[in-house]
Amino acid sequence: MSTVDPNFEADMTREARRERRFTRINAADKWFQVMGLAWITPILKAAAGDNPKAQMSEIWRLLGIPLLAIAGFLILWATAAPTVQTSLGAIPGPGQVWEEAVNLHEDAQTKAASRSRFEEQVSTLNAKRIEQGKEPVVRAYTGAPSYYAQIWTSIKTVFFGFMIASVVAIPLGIMAGLSPSANAALNPIIQIFKPVSPLAWLPIVTMVVSAVYVTQDGWFAKSFLTSAITVTLCSLWPTLINTALGVSSIDKDLVNVSKVLKMSTWTKITKLVLPSALPLIFTGLRLSLGVGWMVLIAAEMLAQNPGLGKFVWDEFQNGSSSSLAKIMVAVLTIGIIGFMLDRVMYALQSLFTFTNNR
Amino acid sequence: MKKILLTLAATSALASPATAQLLDLEKDELTFGFIKLTDMAPLAVAYEQGYFLDEGLFVTLEAQANWKVLLDGVIDGQLDGAHMLAGQPLAATIGYGTEAHIITPFSMDLNGNGITVSNEIWDAMKPNVPMMDDGRPQHPISASALKPVIEDYNSRGLPFNMGMVFPVSTHNYELRYWLAAGGIEPGYYSPENITGQIGAEALLSVTPPPQMPATMEAGTIYGYAVGEPWNQQAVFKGIGVPVITDYQMWKNNPEKVFGITKEFSEENPNTTKAVVKALIRAAIWLDENDNANRPAAVEILSRPEYVGADYEVIANSMTGFFEFEKGDKRDIPDFNVFFRYNATYPYYSDAIWYLTQMRRWGQIADAKDDQWYYDVAASVYRPDIYLEAARLLVDDGMANEADFPWDSDGYKEATPAADIIDGIPYDGRQPNAYLESLPIGLKGSQVVVGDQVQG
Repeated sequence: MSTVDPNFEADMTREARRERRFTRINAADKWFQVMGLAWITPILKAAAGDNPKAQMSEIWRLLGIPLLAIAGFLILWATAAPTVQTSLGAIPGPGQVWEEAVNLHEDAQTKAASRSRFEEQVSTLNAKRIEQGKEPVVRAYTGAPSYYAQIWTSIKTVFFGFMIASVVAIPLGIMAGLSPSANAALNPIIQIFKPVSPLAWLPIVTMVVSAVYVTQDGWFAKSFLTSAITVTLCSLWPTLINTALGVSSIDKDLVNVSKVLKMSTWTKITKLVLPSALPLIFTGLRLSLGVGWMVLIAAEMLAQNPGLGKFVWDEFQNGSSSSLAKIMVAVLTIGIIGFMLDRVMYALQSLFTFTNNR
Repeated sequence: MKKILLTLAATSALASPATAQLLDLEKDELTFGFIKLTDMAPLAVAYEQGYFLDEGLFVTLEAQANWKVLLDGVIDGQLDGAHMLAGQPLAATIGYGTEAHIITPFSMDLNGNGITVSNEIWDAMKPNVPMMDDGRPQHPISASALKPVIEDYNSRGLPFNMGMVFPVSTHNYELRYWLAAGGIEPGYYSPENITGQIGAEALLSVTPPPQMPATMEAGTIYGYAVGEPWNQQAVFKGIGVPVITDYQMWKNNPEKVFGITKEFSEENPNTTKAVVKALIRAAIWLDENDNANRPAAVEILSRPEYVGADYEVIANSMTGFFEFEKGDKRDIPDFNVFFRYNATYPYYSDAIWYLTQMRRWGQIADAKDDQWYYDVAASVYRPDIYLEAARLLVDDGMANEADFPWDSDGYKEATPAADIIDGIPYDGRQPNAYLESLPIGLKGSQVVVGDQVQG
């Protein structure tokens, strides 16, 4: 009590600062995990002065091993690919695929140039129209979409299909979770339709869309609707099943409380059922989006929706010497976007739920 | 490549007409379908050179999966028009397959097809092919060299399968013509049996053009008839050998047409004329100055949104060469003709040749008189629209008066025997007499009943 270390005060504050820093790093860690960047945490910790040896082994596990694995995969790919001869030449290695990725990027810029040429031609046309006493016209660009535009089309399509699926699946799932009779009614239908391949749905969807959606100047292209609805039909099920499961496994005590409080069904759903079922609903949504993205590529190929699926199909048809490499660029793009979509859903889930039950 | 683009830009700047009077278009946003073949070039060129926009037309070009999808697209209105097989508008109009009245105001090209067999078949038929002094095969190669091979396959109980692109395609009729000229039965159609394999020694079936090389590689078919670049693609991939081009079979035979529905042409007469104007200008550009623009055209076609095959593959046929066996490159300057020899004028005699082939192989089941052939041809082929469009171009100074057959009655001069592989002349004015002169095929009042030709 008597001897006060003169440095004690300073040590205390330093210790407190350090403590605060670690708390912050740990808080950030949650987000790094969400974004798939968990390896940043040990680096930060090491920088903040934590035991470097322990952190090094963490960095090795989280960053070193994955990088080594990717490098190993690339080497395997680069050595094995040239030995497989197809009629379009050898299977392209990572180098050629990268080259094609660059080409596609440059091609997107050429397309931008031809777009500006289009604008120019339109303005000449309009000048001519005005000269001849006609109204000038404004029309959408008629050229081929760039690779980026195709990626964007795919993303729009999958989200449109996914939205419809969620809007249908979540209420149905809640119904099935709350009422055993509804569950008994829905169950056989779910079991039968869940394993159906998108390729089987597609012809039916195509015919129905052409029959029902007849307006020519509508908002959506038929190919867009066909692909999106096929996505809906295939991505409905994980959300439905998980929602039902989440709702039916609510704590019995909570249900009893709601009875005691004489809650209306609506309040019961919004105040009680939804919050406690949310983690499983999100698990379902995440699975659904994953399924939807996988299904979309096949649907776009057949429905000729101008997204990544059509890109792959067109390149297959073109059969040029760069086609295989371009298709591989598309495969990697599809993979990376699928991964990002999953992370987005995971982030949303972390935002909305507070349990560890993910 | 850059240089080509620059010259492209330069020529399009020169060609842009300032004085031309714009037509009052009924519809200015149009979607046209095409199949990935080099003879879709007039559409791509009209777009890329800005000829459509010069007419005030906003055209989107869409590749189609196969000829059936393309035809259905035009019939149900998803497509306003399309690059079509010459047989499609005729067959649709007479109700063979999907029935719809389709017209053609513009022929897209002459020649442009070839017949390719797999390496295995080529090795088997090569000993039967006469050789030139330099050791290369003597052209044109007759299907009689293939006959022993087919007999061998058939005696071993193996069906001899070949691919063509559509039941009413030029390729079907050309392959049949070549086989029949070599004494091989390609089989008949009947109203009950539309496989076209009744009494056939070689079994022909449908494969979409871009999938031909892959299908042959997989061993499903031993050979095929298709347009470019899919014959040259087989040479480049080393999976097959083209044995004959249709130019060698019949000099300057009619090929693809531009098809629209009759309703479209009636509801949108000015739009139709404007489209034909743009297409004629594209055809002129493709052939002018002795094919000087072909390399630029090949660059356009090799883009992924059009044909998308490698530049070298497309360049072969488009720039006047054709590679048979690897290394055996021969000059065929007229392999693709887009404007010369009045290639774009829709001749009745061309339509009638297709109709005679439909009759020859039983797609038209019963005998028809000569007048019927003329009536069908005149209801589908529309030189009147073509000439109106051409007149506007000549008046605007964008085409030469001398390049169009203003006074034609719609019939080409009869094709002389020397221009055709089996030496049988063709005169469009006498379809029935022509049918009588062909050795294999239905003639007179013959009909196919069950698997027998009767009458």
